[in-house]
Amino acid sequence: MSAVDWTRRTAADLADALASGEVTSVELTQAHLDRIAAVDGDATAGVHAFLHVDAEGALATARESDERRAAGNPLHPLDGVPIAVKDVVVTEGMPTTAGSKILEGWVPPYDATVVRRIKAAGLPILGKTNMDEFAMGSSTEHSAYGPTRNPWDQTRIPGGSGGGSAAAVAAYEAPLAIGTDTGGSIRQPGAVTGTVGVKPTYGAVSRYGLIALANSLDQAGPVTRTVLDAALLQELIGGHDPLDSTSVDQELPSLVDAARQGASGDLSGVRIGVVTEMSGEGWQPGVMARFQESVDLLVKAGAEVVEVSCPTFVHALATYYLILPAECSSNLAKFDAMRYGLRVVPEGNPSAEDVMKATRDAGFGDEVKRRIILGTYALSSGYYDAYYGQAQKVRTLISRDFEAAFDKVDVLVSPTAPTTAFELGEKLDDPLAMYLNDLATIPANLAGVPGISVPAGLADEDGLPVGFQVLAPALADDRCYRVGAALEALLAAEWGGPLLDKAPDLDKLDHREGDR
Amino acid sequence: MSDTLVPFDDVLASYDPALGLEVHVELNTVTKMFCGCPTEFGAEPNTQVCPTCLGLPGSMPVVNGKAVESAVRIGLALNCRIAEWCRFARKNYFYPDMPKNFQTSQYDEPIAFDGFMDVDVDGETFRVEIERAHMEEDTGKSTHIGGATGRIHGADYSLVDYNRAGIPLIEIVTKPIVGAGAKAPEVARAYVAQLRDLIVALGVSDARMEQGSIRADVNLSLAPKVSTGSTTKPVLGTRTETKNVNSLRSVERAVRYEMSRHAAILDAGEKVLQETRHWHEDTGITTSGREKSDAEDYRYFPEPDLVPVAPSREWVEELRATLPENPTAQRARLQAEWGFSDLEMRDTVGAGALALVEETVAAGSSPQAARKWWLGELARRANDTDTAIDALGVTAADVAAVQALVDAGTINDKLARSVFEGLYAGEGTPEEIVAARGLEIVSDEGALSAAVDKAIAANPDVADKIRDGKVAAAGALIGAVMKEMRGQADAGRVRELILAKLS
Repeated sequence: MSAVDWTRRTAADLADALASGEVTSVELTQAHLDRIAAVDGDATAGVHAFLHVDAEGALATARESDERRAAGNPLHPLDGVPIAVKDVVVTEGMPTTAGSKILEGWVPPYDATVVRRIKAAGLPILGKTNMDEFAMGSSTEHSAYGPTRNPWDQTRIPGGSGGGSAAAVAAYEAPLAIGTDTGGSIRQPGAVTGTVGVKPTYGAVSRYGLIALANSLDQAGPVTRTVLDAALLQELIGGHDPLDSTSVDQELPSLVDAARQGASGDLSGVRIGVVTEMSGEGWQPGVMARFQESVDLLVKAGAEVVEVSCPTFVHALATYYLILPAECSSNLAKFDAMRYGLRVVPEGNPSAEDVMKATRDAGFGDEVKRRIILGTYALSSGYYDAYYGQAQKVRTLISRDFEAAFDKVDVLVSPTAPTTAFELGEKLDDPLAMYLNDLATIPANLAGVPGISVPAGLADEDGLPVGFQVLAPALADDRCYRVGAALEALLAAEWGGPLLDKAPDLDKLDHREGDR
Repeated sequence: MSDTLVPFDDVLASYDPALGLEVHVELNTVTKMFCGCPTEFGAEPNTQVCPTCLGLPGSMPVVNGKAVESAVRIGLALNCRIAEWCRFARKNYFYPDMPKNFQTSQYDEPIAFDGFMDVDVDGETFRVEIERAHMEEDTGKSTHIGGATGRIHGADYSLVDYNRAGIPLIEIVTKPIVGAGAKAPEVARAYVAQLRDLIVALGVSDARMEQGSIRADVNLSLAPKVSTGSTTKPVLGTRTETKNVNSLRSVERAVRYEMSRHAAILDAGEKVLQETRHWHEDTGITTSGREKSDAEDYRYFPEPDLVPVAPSREWVEELRATLPENPTAQRARLQAEWGFSDLEMRDTVGAGALALVEETVAAGSSPQAARKWWLGELARRANDTDTAIDALGVTAADVAAVQALVDAGTINDKLARSVFEGLYAGEGTPEEIVAARGLEIVSDEGALSAAVDKAIAANPDVADKIRDGKVAAAGALIGAVMKEMRGQADAGRVRELILAKLS
């Protein structure tokens, strides 16, 4: 092993090191593949952040990247920096399962726009990360391929649905990862793994090629260890896409500039609102303590902090659990064994309908079935107005609460999640308790506004990471980056380094033979 | 399983029919409704597909602007109001030829609504009110292999071609058409015919019923007859929906059949079952499809992957300016241009041949010649083979070419029929058929002269009569010569030769 452990470096550092010729992409990529081999393990042991590792493909891309650099023609500053992609994002020629048995073995014939942009910039794709089946969950325990374990404590959940991407970044298996956030699936895993996660403005990053959970809520975004890295990655994957009608055809203010500006630690003139409804009963004391300290730091940095009430936010969870199942019940109808994926053929002389039923019965997990049934019910004639229709009205009210709040303040802040990482299995049989984890993250998806989660320290009770969430008006993603980077810098100064330095070293697993 | 039927006239003695027509028009856009795949008809199965129209995980739709334009133009031509803002909706149901198991359609926000079309039947005008015209995508096409019926039940296996999946459709729905009485079948037919003419005039569809680019679903119900002068509002009876009626003639027949079938059920004191019916072109009957109860629940909701369609008023007005003249006005103009009598015009329209005659004239034929072929030989063929007149495999250009051959003296009317036989059989262009079948009129004077001599020798009595000045007797000799020449002679020239030889 070389003297320098390249896996510990941020993506921005790696970009510099590649530019200066200090390291090659092949070396970087190999270092991360080695790290994956050492700590990732499988469903039974290890972090299990990856469902598929493409060592060959990643190294081939890395070699091409090195050749380009040698010729003086890098495609992008991040050309050659490896990345991991959540398995809900389709990748041409690389298996894509969305964490479901129903897509086991499916190899997409096309790339998502996000992936196309990653490839066009020359980033080697290390592999596909684990997730709750079809992104339904807050713990990654609903993956059909076994859970991901939190690198801080492997008996704990890494959050979800994007636990794989967050854990991969936290465990230094990848410097960058792509996540998707429908109700908090980037931000909550970021919070509980001590990493940075951003849900951009709805439409700021193309959804083309994301296997849809809830189309009106889904948004892809960066999963990284620093705010600057997240800004670099969002700028790479974001921007208008003619293949996604809902993508925003408007340029965002520079996110990298905002992150750099924030890192100076000066927030003079920035008005910050603490959301009243995102605290109180059910919120872990250690989470609230770290949150309050962070707010105090922002005040010291010159921000003006006020309390802001968004009364309709208390209905966000109920609203979300009508809109999401409705959309997903329809989205998941396509998984019927007719064209791709799993096909279960019952005994006898089954009709097409029998094959569809048997396949969906065998291929979907319980949480998926639960939401399909909920959504089917919510859209049914006679119930539509009372459920789906009503939920859309409440959604409008939630957006109005945001608008009113953003008339008074530039950003809203809250803890990202009410608790730190809970134990694997703890809430698996209690869907409602699981859903409550997304209380603070869901309103942003309903309103389409951007949000970031940055590490705020460790809770006293359990020594586990706490996340601090910053929400901004639609298209003002830069504000999330500015405030997030400021807090990151202020906290790093207090701690003498990033929070992840406090994470335990991971045991190296026995070397396992196989295709992973 | 044959249905009991009541004679048509008896139906009308007791019941008033109510019609409702849903016509699907396949647009002729170059690409599909929500993706860039080509729409060309007849390609190898599953070659015109992509992630979006196959409904692959992660794919997303993007609206085809040209399809929206066509929808607006159809709406305007049907005197509809055009929505200022409307959305697509998902119609959810499972079927193997639906890639996503939902159809992206429009539900309560159609692009066009509240229009009408005036339909002429035997000089009488019926106003058909249009409820809506909305945009949607077509499904794939299933072919069921094995089993007796060609239907999914009982088939050994099924093949699905997704080339058709995602082709843009406009569905045009009428309000209930009441008051047509005995003319209901003709009103239905005339409406579809006139709608087709309009679509052709707009240039938004190939409008070929036999290829399914216009498909009609016929809703019919009967209500007890309300006596004249009664103020009681008629109540609509239970309807049936006969699917995919694919020719004008069949539209008329299907309405007639369903009226007779409903009446028999109602006469027996039973209730008509609300259901989908299948039309059988060959036997001219309908059979029960799936039961269509009001409880069938498509769980419509707005398509979240698409942004609303909001045609600006300026654009709508621009499109209004591109509309062709309306068919009624067009008909009056054509009748004047062609010099047709009222009866000739009515027959032409009634045969569904107006556009065909117009195209034939445009291709260089005289109006009377065009009418003669379409309403004579071709209408007869359509009737004999139970085929739509525009589905015979003969185009307007073919007819014009045949007439040109007649005008040039290459063939005569009788030989032209053989050319049409060749066209039905797909033997090539009229010119190729004339050559291949050896139909050209013999202009070799020597051969003709020999044939005339032979006929004179064989019929000395007739020859004598002609010599005596009974010129009318020449007909018998002409017949003999034509027979000898197997029809391939110019009868006028034969007559001249006979008279010359016997003068």
